[in-house]
Amino acid sequence: MRRAVVGAAGVLALALLWEGYKLLAPDDGVVVGDVTVLPRANDVAMPHLWDMVARAFEPVSSATGAPPLWLAVLQASAFTLGVAAVGWVVGVVVGLLVATVMQRFRTAASALLPWVVLSQTVPLIALAPLVRRWGSQLETGALDWQDWMSVAVIASYLAFFPVSVGALRGFSSPDAVHLDLMRSYGVGWWRTFGRLRAPAAVPYLLPALRLAAANAVVGTVVAEVSIGLRGGVGRMIVEFGASASADPAKQWSPIAGAVLVGLVAAGACALVGLALARYRVSEVS
Amino acid sequence: MSTTHPPTGPGASAAPAVEARGVSRTFDSRSGEVVALTGVDLTVRAGEFVALIGPSGCGKSTLLRLIADLDQPTAGELTVFGRTPRAARQNQDYGIAFQQAGLLPWRTVRANVELPLELHGTGRAARGARARELLDLVGLAEFAEHHPHQLSGGMQQRVAIARALAESPSLLLMDEPFGALDEMTREHMQTELLRLRAETGAAVVFVTHSIPEAVYLSDRVVVMSARPGRVREIVSVALGDAADRSEDLREDVAFFDRVRAVRESLHGTGNGTGNGTGAGTGTSTGAATGAGRGADAR
Repeated sequence: MRRAVVGAAGVLALALLWEGYKLLAPDDGVVVGDVTVLPRANDVAMPHLWDMVARAFEPVSSATGAPPLWLAVLQASAFTLGVAAVGWVVGVVVGLLVATVMQRFRTAASALLPWVVLSQTVPLIALAPLVRRWGSQLETGALDWQDWMSVAVIASYLAFFPVSVGALRGFSSPDAVHLDLMRSYGVGWWRTFGRLRAPAAVPYLLPALRLAAANAVVGTVVAEVSIGLRGGVGRMIVEFGASASADPAKQWSPIAGAVLVGLVAAGACALVGLALARYRVSEVS
Repeated sequence: MSTTHPPTGPGASAAPAVEARGVSRTFDSRSGEVVALTGVDLTVRAGEFVALIGPSGCGKSTLLRLIADLDQPTAGELTVFGRTPRAARQNQDYGIAFQQAGLLPWRTVRANVELPLELHGTGRAARGARARELLDLVGLAEFAEHHPHQLSGGMQQRVAIARALAESPSLLLMDEPFGALDEMTREHMQTELLRLRAETGAAVVFVTHSIPEAVYLSDRVVVMSARPGRVREIVSVALGDAADRSEDLREDVAFFDRVRAVRESLHGTGNGTGNGTGAGTGTSTGAATGAGRGADAR
């Protein structure tokens, strides 16, 4: 209850900050010399919040039978969420596999870990066209490569990183006494993994899953733009942004949609945390 | 792999619980070889309680880990119930408890005790029954569904001991299990361990820093010296069966006498630094029957 109130107060404070700045700042922003140090506060750059809300209930375009903007954004958000979820799942699975291999074979850890870290320094924009091209060459057999799959692959590429690093730390977290104990029971690596390493990794894994979800959403939105995938909220932001001078309030709806996708993803991770709650009890000596 | 001369003393089973002949363990470190243990001869008969005592770095924990096959000797021969330590480990011949209770925090007390049974394929019903029995034995029946973090250190250690007893091992290996407990809890746990041991009849190898603890619990106390780790003397305690020992024993003259014997042996009898070579085997009373060998390692 108290957390809900604090949360609502946070949103309200943000709204007040927005409108307060808009009220107080000059329309052309604060300029020192030739540099704008504070942004413009005119209606094109910063529409009123109520204008954004009002715009959301108007039709998305002037075409007859066009759905209201909020519905179009909601559909686009659902699409983006779906792609991000696929990317997240693939990323988590790959991350866990990489971490498992690195835990099992120490040489694999030394060989793989630098690449895992290095992989995240490749800019997403450079990657997107490559993935798309490779994907289109994959049209073999039953699998017909779609653009959304390329986007999901890029999302998973961002999602696997925190999972592999977090899971590796988690898998290596059991105390020596626990490992000695499992050895004294004469059980092999796999059973030690199942009974000891995997449950012990949960407290390390949950924040990694949350990070992965955020990465997957950002990756999806950005990849939608750079691959040019229609139907998602990323493309919508760019399209509406292009007509921002004529219809400044419009582009804020898909931005809100992207925030919504992020919130749903975070909520889903919280549910995963709830399901694994029994593995989160504090460590004992 | 079995030893050629199994002891035939009264009550002893076919093979001694532990038989070490010239066991050494050296570790490679940056500054060269470190000799943790050298030339250890030791026999622990079935059902016998033997304490290993000595200063830090005397290799007593190393010796325990070698018996448990958590580590391998670099030289010498070591058998557990006539088998290699590896075979004994895989056969679940021993149960083990460490200074840290080492309970899995996400499992209930009951599930922790059941862990070894579960790993070795015991059915659910049989596991539950055995866990109840063991928790009764250590007096924690009402805490079965608690999680470890809800228990005090002493209670956690009792759960760990129950877990070590889960598969009714004939050998119990304990590495300073009471080392982290306060003195009151510690004395209480010692008496409980004597009771458990009388009920189970298991042999015990017990690593400790405490002279009174070693004397109170053991049939024989193995006094070790450091750098390099070796057996200096084996002191027979002979204060009666585990079942007959009680708190009163702590006030007994015989008890103090044995404590002094162990202490003098530890401190090298008058000679402050006590070099291993000069110290005699001391006056071990009541020479152990059967395979008990008052060995020192020279």
